[in-house]
Amino acid sequence: MYSIKVEQLVRHFGKNVAVDDVSFKVESGEIFGFLGPNGAGKTTTINMLTTLLHPTSGSALVNGYDVSKQQALVRQSIGMIFQDASLDDKLTGRENLLFHGMLYGLSKDDFSDKAAKLLEMVELTGRAEEVVLNYSGGMKRRLEIARGLLHNPKILFLDEPTLGLDPQTRRHIWDYLVTLRERQGVTMFMTTHYMEEAEHCDRIAIIDDGKIVGLDTPEALKAMVGGDIIMAVTDDNEQASLRLQNSHGVATRIGPDNQLIIETERGDQFIPEMMSVLTDMTQENISVKSVYLRRPTLEDVFVKLTGHAMRDQNAVDKDKVRSGMRRWRGR
Amino acid sequence: MEILKRNVRGAYTIWYRDIVRFKRDRVRMFSSLGMPIVYLFVFGSGLSPAMAEMGGGNIDFKQFMFPGVLTMTVLFTSVFSAVSIVWDREFGFLKEVMVAPVSRVAIALGKVAGGSTVSLFQGLIVLLLAPVLGVTLSISQIVSLIGLMVMLAVMMTALGILIAARQKSMEGFHMMMNFVLLPMFFLSGAFFPLRGVPIWMYLLSKLDPVTYGVDPLRQVSLQALVPPDLMHTISLNPLTYNVMMMASFSVLFLVPAVWLFSRQE
Repeated sequence: MYSIKVEQLVRHFGKNVAVDDVSFKVESGEIFGFLGPNGAGKTTTINMLTTLLHPTSGSALVNGYDVSKQQALVRQSIGMIFQDASLDDKLTGRENLLFHGMLYGLSKDDFSDKAAKLLEMVELTGRAEEVVLNYSGGMKRRLEIARGLLHNPKILFLDEPTLGLDPQTRRHIWDYLVTLRERQGVTMFMTTHYMEEAEHCDRIAIIDDGKIVGLDTPEALKAMVGGDIIMAVTDDNEQASLRLQNSHGVATRIGPDNQLIIETERGDQFIPEMMSVLTDMTQENISVKSVYLRRPTLEDVFVKLTGHAMRDQNAVDKDKVRSGMRRWRGR
Repeated sequence: MEILKRNVRGAYTIWYRDIVRFKRDRVRMFSSLGMPIVYLFVFGSGLSPAMAEMGGGNIDFKQFMFPGVLTMTVLFTSVFSAVSIVWDREFGFLKEVMVAPVSRVAIALGKVAGGSTVSLFQGLIVLLLAPVLGVTLSISQIVSLIGLMVMLAVMMTALGILIAARQKSMEGFHMMMNFVLLPMFFLSGAFFPLRGVPIWMYLLSKLDPVTYGVDPLRQVSLQALVPPDLMHTISLNPLTYNVMMMASFSVLFLVPAVWLFSRQE
């Protein structure tokens, strides 16, 4: 049983192709992640799945309903948590929930029951009568999650749900989401550009430039990289890289901060061999300043699949501005 | 049937939100008296001596301006609240509403109702200034004024949605404000009589929907001060003609406004 079924979905904006022939299926009860840099087409995809945007071509079924033809049924089946704040600041927490309940046709009793439970779950019961303007960024997010769940949606869409939140709040929100899936079996479709966050998903689609370049469980994706990652700082990375490729045929690349990154199996055994190759007395000596061994991350997977790093400086800056804005608005 | 019920409820929700927000915002409620007071007592008092002969000498300039100020309040409140819907849709609460199982037509109509109600309330607050100006109003006059203000509010909220429906930033709105709304307001005869103005101005005022809002408000509010045979010196059209023009403009704005708003990208 699939909650979401997408086939050859395409969306153009003028000449730009934002989403380019994307197909995937999400099973019921699954937490499915869309991982990719800013501008990769994540939000465009989520907007099409939630009936906010028309697909240029292709089809998408959400809870069995066609997003182009059965919009009201799709909307009734889903909850949505947006990237940017979508609460009414001048209303209280409870009023924000109330208006949502009215829009989805909840009866009065139904609403009071559900709202009380959800406020309890997101730990906002004591603050429910306060205007949202006084809430912190994390509280707003929690209220949005409660609101998204108010009408018992089958599928919850989350667009960068923890963007601009501090790590502690981020962990907190993840705890909610995981419990939610366990208790109620809600399917979740989320976009993110935080690698650590994507690890929580059951399956991840890695998206770059409008295309899905990889789709699997986080473990399987990381297994593609093969073995371990060794990060070394040497005084001549080019030379070191060349020598290691010749001697052992390992995959190497130069990472950020001028590090030499080596992919290999059994990294613990490779390090001594590497050292002897680099400090070989018959050739010019390359001095090694530090060596670090780690398991592959999704970042490594992304680089492997796309040939470029996921987070360019531009995106990082934008993120900072955003979180700054959130904090400012939160006051 | 179920669909109709859902959409009526959706429209009601949008309307109710506007009312709750308005009630909470006491400051806005009374600060909106600021502009009318400045116009009536500073601008109006300043020009009064120069404009002595109005309505056959029965009214002074401040009293002449009063319906104009009423129009100003309703007009700008309506347009602003309509523009906020669009702002809200890109950056706030309405994003939420757009994924709810409620048709966009219902959302737009709910907003027209909400914006109109709020600007009617603002207009009623300005009406409190009438006794200070010596404008006497009977109950039946007040009822007529309410009806006219509602029509004006609906027309201008629809225009606001029409202007803003395709806009994604506030800059474009400021342009509209300067090149559409302000000229519309001044050409309507709100602050000066349109008798004896240059022909181009006269013709533009005929095309200006606001003209048909100011004129009946003036006729009704000054009924007790200006004798019927002198009313034509400060008014333009018969009451029913004004009402029909407002109704026509409302439909003319509302249909494309709702259509543009509900079109999915």
